Amino acid sequence: MRGRLIEEKIFQGLMMAATGLVMGTLGLILATIFVKGFRALSLEMLFRTPQGGYYIGGGGGIANAIVGSLVLGLGATFLALLISLPLVFYLNIYLRRKSRLAFFIRFALDVLWGVPSIVYGAFGFTLMVALGLRASLLAGTLTVALLIVPILARGMDEIFRMVPQELKEAAYALGSTRWETAMKVVLKQAFPGLIASVLIAFGRGIGDAASVLFTASFTDSLPTSLFKPVATLPLAIFFQLGTPFPEVQARGYASALVLTLIVLTVSILARRLTGRMINSIK
Amino acid sequence: MALIALGVLSAAFLMGFGLYHRARPVLAGRSLPDLLFSTSWHPAQGQFGLGGFILGSLWVTAIAMAIAIPLSLLTALYLSEYASRRFRELARPVVDVLAGISPVVYGVWGMLVVVPFVRDVLMPFFSTHFKFFPFASDNTTGFSALAGGMVLAVMVVPIMVSIMEEVLRTVPAEIREASLALGATRWQTTKKAVLRKGWPGVIAAVILGFSRASGETMAVLMVAGCAMQAVPKSLFDPAYPLPALIANTYGEMMSVPLYDAAILLAAFVLFLMTVAFNAAGWGILLRLEKRAG
Repeated sequence: MRGRLIEEKIFQGLMMAATGLVMGTLGLILATIFVKGFRALSLEMLFRTPQGGYYIGGGGGIANAIVGSLVLGLGATFLALLISLPLVFYLNIYLRRKSRLAFFIRFALDVLWGVPSIVYGAFGFTLMVALGLRASLLAGTLTVALLIVPILARGMDEIFRMVPQELKEAAYALGSTRWETAMKVVLKQAFPGLIASVLIAFGRGIGDAASVLFTASFTDSLPTSLFKPVATLPLAIFFQLGTPFPEVQARGYASALVLTLIVLTVSILARRLTGRMINSIK
Repeated sequence: MALIALGVLSAAFLMGFGLYHRARPVLAGRSLPDLLFSTSWHPAQGQFGLGGFILGSLWVTAIAMAIAIPLSLLTALYLSEYASRRFRELARPVVDVLAGISPVVYGVWGMLVVVPFVRDVLMPFFSTHFKFFPFASDNTTGFSALAGGMVLAVMVVPIMVSIMEEVLRTVPAEIREASLALGATRWQTTKKAVLRKGWPGVIAAVILGFSRASGETMAVLMVAGCAMQAVPKSLFDPAYPLPALIANTYGEMMSVPLYDAAILLAAFVLFLMTVAFNAAGWGILLRLEKRAG
């Protein structure tokens, strides 16, 4: 009798310790990035491009990477949305709930979601070669778009599935076509949730480095053309940390802070939007 | 719309085929087992044995999973069985944020915190007190398989926790009530009723976590040291996993004949491995979902 109570206490303690450790790690990561990054952060870093000798301690900033990441991330999210939105409509409006095809599409998306981003990078590279492109903003955008389609489509799919079936049936009963129902009823209900999925996909796209390494390459200037290389924040961080100079590494920490702030803002926004949607469905 | 749906279904095949197609030159004239199991990697001499990198991947991933499995299972059990509703609602965003942080930022954190911790605390302790496998090492930099595994563990825990928690919560409350009514303690109920019902989901989460860890690139590249080891000998030695190899050859792979084909073969291997693992993991989860209705 006492044995099992002791066991209960031991495991309860272990579980609380594990949970505390997981939560604590997030705190530790954020604290590390904030403390280390804040010291090196300056207006010059945010608004100037790298000047001569930046990577050995010269002046300038990472505006090239900030702008590059935003442009690439927005472009890729837009492309991914063009693919995902019709797909999700098809899954949820045109296919039946127990449809075998829908099952396989979801399954394929889930599997693609798990393919590592470096493989997307390598695949993007083969595509580039096949299309005769060089490492460029265009190639990077295409690759990241492919990378985030599964995340975006599956995220939106989950949101669509949260829209109550009765609502759709009510619309059909009033004589609406499937398309009208989709546009006026389902889309309206799901809208905040969809935006949240888009934000999450954008956050994932902007934070990924392995997929743009081969395809977008890197440059010290602002993006000017679809066919020229573009700088991205994750790679800027990676390259700055790869130098042996402490002051350049410190700027790498500051760049990591900038990236983390963007991703945090996006994920907090997404969270609030999903919360609002869940409340409106209840 | 149907066209796009077909496109997604064929995307996986296209990706596999594209990589395989570009890898073919290196496969011609060399046997596949030779490429996969040989550990002699000398691109300039035309030797492309990926064995060392595959072993490196497995080694780092195994370390990550040894840390991540108990940690995420205990956390998921706590969140689904013990925590109050308010705590759960507080914890979920934390898990989400952890899952959303850029891999490179994990790498930065690894270099700032994990590597020094391994170098200054773990390594001196273990390699002086336990001079045998897998602790003995003469690498004193801290950039090691263990550092890579620890960072990876932190990265996959959020994914594993959220999948496990979701599955555990689908276990009907009646089962718990029945067990509690029979006089079982909460932990006994968790162990013998909830886990018995939810174990396929836990396995699926582990498979998916493993797959995610084995494909993670940048963070590992930054902390694992990336020096070629034929066979892993110590937690504290550097490790050179497959994804890091692919990322590192950026820039040089067009300069040596067949180098790019060998790298794309590496990507193809990684692709096949992760597709297989994900198919298994999601297969289990979708089946569970279907059964639950």
